Amino acid sequence: MSDHAHASAHHIDVKEFHPRAQAAIHNPKIRQNFRKAMDGLMTKRKSAFEGWDLETLRDLGSNIRMRALANLPDLLEQLEAKLTENGIKVHWAVDADEACKIVRDICVARDAKSVIKGKSMVSEEMELNHYLQEHGIDALESDLGEYIVQLAEETPSHIIMPAIHKNTDEISQLLHDKTGTDLSHDVEYLTASARLQLREKFRNADVGVSGVNFAVAETGTLCLVENEGNGRMTTTVPPCHIAVTGIEKVVPNLEDVTGLLALLTRSATGQHITTYFNMISGPRKPDELDGPEEVHVVLVDNGRSSIFQDDELLDTLKCIRCGACMNHCPVYTRVGGHTYGTTYPGPIGKILMPHLIGLDEGRHLPSASSLCGACGEVCPVKIPIPDLLVRLRQESVDGDKLHPAKVRGHGAKRNSLEAMVWKGWSFMHAKPGLYRMGTGMAAKFHKLQPGNLGAWTKYRTAPKLAPKTLHQRMKERNT
Amino acid sequence: MSSRDTILQRLRNRSGGELRAPACDFSVLKRPDWSTAEKLGLFQKTIESVHAEVHRTTEMDWIEKLIELMAARGVQSLLASNGTEVGHRVTQAAAARDDFPEVRVYDKAIEQWQEELFSTVDVGITSTRGGIAETGTLILWPSSDEPRLMSLVPPIHVAVLYASELYSTFHEAMQKQNWRNGMPTNALLVSGPSKTADIEQTLAYGVHGPKELIVLVIE
Ligand code: SF4
Repeated sequence: MSDHAHASAHHIDVKEFHPRAQAAIHNPKIRQNFRKAMDGLMTKRKSAFEGWDLETLRDLGSNIRMRALANLPDLLEQLEAKLTENGIKVHWAVDADEACKIVRDICVARDAKSVIKGKSMVSEEMELNHYLQEHGIDALESDLGEYIVQLAEETPSHIIMPAIHKNTDEISQLLHDKTGTDLSHDVEYLTASARLQLREKFRNADVGVSGVNFAVAETGTLCLVENEGNGRMTTTVPPCHIAVTGIEKVVPNLEDVTGLLALLTRSATGQHITTYFNMISGPRKPDELDGPEEVHVVLVDNGRSSIFQDDELLDTLKCIRCGACMNHCPVYTRVGGHTYGTTYPGPIGKILMPHLIGLDEGRHLPSASSLCGACGEVCPVKIPIPDLLVRLRQESVDGDKLHPAKVRGHGAKRNSLEAMVWKGWSFMHAKPGLYRMGTGMAAKFHKLQPGNLGAWTKYRTAPKLAPKTLHQRMKERNT
Repeated sequence: MSSRDTILQRLRNRSGGELRAPACDFSVLKRPDWSTAEKLGLFQKTIESVHAEVHRTTEMDWIEKLIELMAARGVQSLLASNGTEVGHRVTQAAAARDDFPEVRVYDKAIEQWQEELFSTVDVGITSTRGGIAETGTLILWPSSDEPRLMSLVPPIHVAVLYASELYSTFHEAMQKQNWRNGMPTNALLVSGPSKTADIEQTLAYGVHGPKELIVLVIE
C-alpha cells in the first residue's frame, strides 16, 4: 500500500474499539435503531426458511463454496478466459491501492469525470470514492442506503443495510439539509425525491462501478443481487461498466448460483429472492441498442491470498456477505456497526478484518465477542465463526505453541504477566498433586479473595471461591 | 512479475494441506412435479406478495386487458419491442384502434433518445422467457429486439408470461433451458417492482426501477 493508507474506514482508529463501544451502549438512539432492525431481520429470516431442510441447504452452500475454493487458481484462470472471450476486460489487483489505480486509469482513458456506483463492499474496502475524489473524479453512490451514508459523510454500518443506524427522522433531516427536500416522515416521498435526483446522475454518468455477488467461471457471468434497480442502472446506462470483486467470489458452474442465491437472500433480508438478479456476460453487442460498450472486471486480492494459505482460516473465504451473522450478534446489535471502525463490522468483520489490516491494528476484534455461537449457527455457508475467533485470539497473544501464529501482526496482545499466569495454570493442571494443593489453598483462603477484579467486576460481581474444593466434597461424600 | 501472476502463484503455492473439493448435491432445491395450475397458483401468490399485479388472460384477450389497464392508469405512452411477437401485437393493435396510448418502438440506440426514454415513456412492455413458481419470478433475456432498459426505465413494466412456460425452481429453469451452453449479454430474474427498505426498514416501491410490475399470464 503506497500513496494512500487503506488502514481503516475513514481512518478511524480501529484500536479505539472500547471507548466507541462505551459511547454506543449509552446512546439510546443507536440501541433502538439497531435493536428494531435486527429483530425484524431475524424474524424475517426465520420465516423465509420455513419448510426448508435448512441444514441440508447450508451443507450445499458450504460445499459449493468449498469446491470453488479448492480449485481457486484454476477457476480464476477459467473465469478470466471466459470473460475475455465474452468481450469483458479482466484486471488483477494485489491490493486495494492497485485496484483503485486500475479504476482510475480506466476512467482517465475514457476521459470520464463522473462515476455512478452500485453497492459494493469491496469498493468500500478500497475506499474507492475517496480515492477517485482525490483524483478529480466524482463518485456518487446510488443504492439508497449508500447514498444516505455518503450524504452524511459516514461509512456503512451494516453490509446489507448501510444506513440502518439512522431512523426516518434523521434521514429526513439529512436529505433536507443536503438536497433541499421537504422535511417529511413519508418514506415514499423521501424515496421518490432520491429517485429523481439519481436518475439525472445515471443519465449523465461516464462510468458505472458495481460489485459482484458471484462470478461464474464456466460461462463468464457476473451475478448481482439487488432490490432497487440501481445495480441494473449502474451496469446498463453508462457507456462503461467496471465491476470490482474479491478473488474469492468465483464459482465453477452456473448451477452453483441457484444454491447460493437461495441461501443469500433468505439469510440476508428474509426474501425468497430479491427483486432483481442481474446476470451480465458481456458488453453490448454490435446489434444491441443499449448496455455498456465496455465492461471491465477488477479481481481484487487485498489479503485474500494470505487467508487462503491456512487450512482453518480458509473458511473465512466461503463468506457470501449475507450479513446474517451481524443480524444475530448480541454484540453487534448493542454497539452498532460503526463501533468496530472497520469496513466489515460484526462477526464477519471480526474474522476477516484482522487479515486486511493486521492483528495489531485489529487486536480488539476477535475478543469483541461473547462466543455465544449464534453467528456460526446462522451462517448459510457454515463458516465456524466462533472457532475462527478463538483461533485469532490465540494468534493475537501467540498463545498456541503447537500451531505457530501466522496472521500479520500476531502476538500484538501478548502480555507477559498474563502469559505467565496461563503457563502456571497449565503447569498446575498437568500435575494432579500440585493442582489439588493449589485449589485446596484457594479454598482455604477464599475469604481473602478481593471483590474488585478490575475490568471483570466493572459490570459483573466477582465469582466467589467455594470454601471447599470439589475434590474435598466428593471425598466427604464417599466416606 | 505481473499482479496476476503474483496472485495466482500465491494461491498455487499455498502452505496448507491439499484441498479437496466436496461433492455438491443439489437435490435439496428440488420441488415436487407441480401441474401448470399449481405452478401458476404459487407463482401468482408469491409475486403478488411482493406487490406485483397478476392478470390471467388468453392469447386472444390480452391486448384487451392491456388497454383496460392502461386506461385505468391514464397511460399516455407505451414502449414496445420492434421484433418480438408481443411487440407486434401491440403495434398492430395501436394501429387498428384509437383507444390505445401512443406506442413507441425501441428501434434505435439508446444514445439517440436517452432523454426521451427517461422522461416521456410511461410503460415498457416485454415478453418473458418463462417464470419460476417457487419464488414468483419472471425470466427476462433482453436482446437486440427487446433491449435491457425496456423493463427498467419506464415507471410501469408490463410482462407477458405464458403459463405453460412456468418452471418450479430457478434450478429447473436453468437446467431445462440449458443456460450453461450460452448466456446472453444480460439475463435477468425479476420478482416484483423495484423497492427499497433502506429507510428504517420501511418498504417503498419504484426507487430506481419500475414502481409497478404487471404480469399478463396467458393460459
Ligand atoms: S460470515 Fe456467514 S453469516 Fe456472516 S456475512 Fe458471511 S456468509 Fe453471511
